[in-house]
Amino acid sequence: MHIVDGALSDSVVLGGVLLTACGVAYGLKQIDAEKIPQTGILSATFFIASLIHIPLGPASVHLILNGLLGLTLGWAAFPALFIALLLQAVFFGYGGFVVLGVNVFNIALPAILMGLLCRHGVMRSQPRTAALWGAFAGGGAILLTALLVASSLALSGEAFIPAAKLVLISHLPVVVMEALLTGAAVLLIRRVRPDFFGEVRDD
Amino acid sequence: MPQFLEHSMTSWHGQQLLHQHSLVDQFDPRARILAMTLFALATVFSHNLLIPAIALCLSIGVALRANLDMQRTLRRVLAMDVFIVLMIVMLPLTTPGDALFHVFGFAASQQGFVQAMMIALKTNAVVLMLLALLGTLEATTLGHALARLRVPEKLVHLMLFTVRYLEVIGREYKRMRKAMKARAFQPRANWHTWRSIGYLVGMLLIRSLERSERTYAAMKCRGFNGRLYLLDRAVWRRCDNLLLLAAVGFVLLALWVSVGVSVNDVSMNE
Repeated sequence: MHIVDGALSDSVVLGGVLLTACGVAYGLKQIDAEKIPQTGILSATFFIASLIHIPLGPASVHLILNGLLGLTLGWAAFPALFIALLLQAVFFGYGGFVVLGVNVFNIALPAILMGLLCRHGVMRSQPRTAALWGAFAGGGAILLTALLVASSLALSGEAFIPAAKLVLISHLPVVVMEALLTGAAVLLIRRVRPDFFGEVRDD
Repeated sequence: MPQFLEHSMTSWHGQQLLHQHSLVDQFDPRARILAMTLFALATVFSHNLLIPAIALCLSIGVALRANLDMQRTLRRVLAMDVFIVLMIVMLPLTTPGDALFHVFGFAASQQGFVQAMMIALKTNAVVLMLLALLGTLEATTLGHALARLRVPEKLVHLMLFTVRYLEVIGREYKRMRKAMKARAFQPRANWHTWRSIGYLVGMLLIRSLERSERTYAAMKCRGFNGRLYLLDRAVWRRCDNLLLLAAVGFVLLALWVSVGVSVNDVSMNE
């Protein structure tokens, strides 16, 4: 999912840096200073959840959960994901440094879009219907992320189009898995703590 | 993928890994961040083979002087190379240009081969330098240095909170996984696994929210008003200037080489 440094064309890399800078700035504005402990602890939770590896076919994949992240944190997903990917790049050597902008944007934009789209359904409906909304958000976010990764590759040159197709196809099973998993998570959250999503973000 | 090649991204040890004091540690964290940024920009935006090759040599040199854990670093770099090898192998076949050799009837172009080499050099150079210059910092030190470099305070506080609670939540997660294991849970590719892990994530989030409420109450009781204070004393010394100067020198070299290459292109075309 993460693109490495050196692969993309200059304009795509610069575009990613600019868009992510705007997203992070807007996301920070949305966070109330008093909410920083809560947002920090929740983004730590999503970081830990993204370390969970699940067997899928011959390999194993790690969770991304950007749909659930968008549902929970809204625009704060941008700074949260920027921090998570920065820590992964610096301490795990995962991804790249300048390309961080593109990587954050590819994961954070779907999170926010799905959060805006499905938040109402997840918060207001019965737990089972909410789980369906959650599954839609979870699957949709991964699908959008795969599309964005593929298009950042495709925009970087004709030669990358086969690689872009490969990214798209290889993520289809992950879409299904994340959809089901996010649905289950939303179902549990709505049953155990019905007002969870409203408590984190009051709007 | 075998476990040893898979990303070591299975647990968070950011603060616990022992790192021997080395030459790199005498530089101020701010100088290391600035130098890293300049180095990465110059390497990534270069359009020839020379600069990435020099960059890789430089980063190998710095990594050797930084007393990195050899095994761990190699594992990480190798894991990343396996990750990109597929894309790189396809490049010569998919880039149009002069045929260099043929594989199964597909022409491998020289241009594609050069580009594949360039990506491999850049990727490895940047990641190795990143692990050597910044990966050897403590996550909290990195946060403080970013704040001193005028990164927005809110972002730094968010980062410090995230880093602080990674350990706590990580322990909580391991405890819950142990409880699942005690009930004979084994992850497989089936509905039961996905539902169970989904429930695990949901429960982890609820517990974190409750933990954050307790944390916030405790902070409030000690007079928290939305502002945190950074207490650190970083001293900028002469060697930091030298590090920065070296980075600027590398950028200038990259600029000079790229200008030289484009002039050559023009004269060749004429």
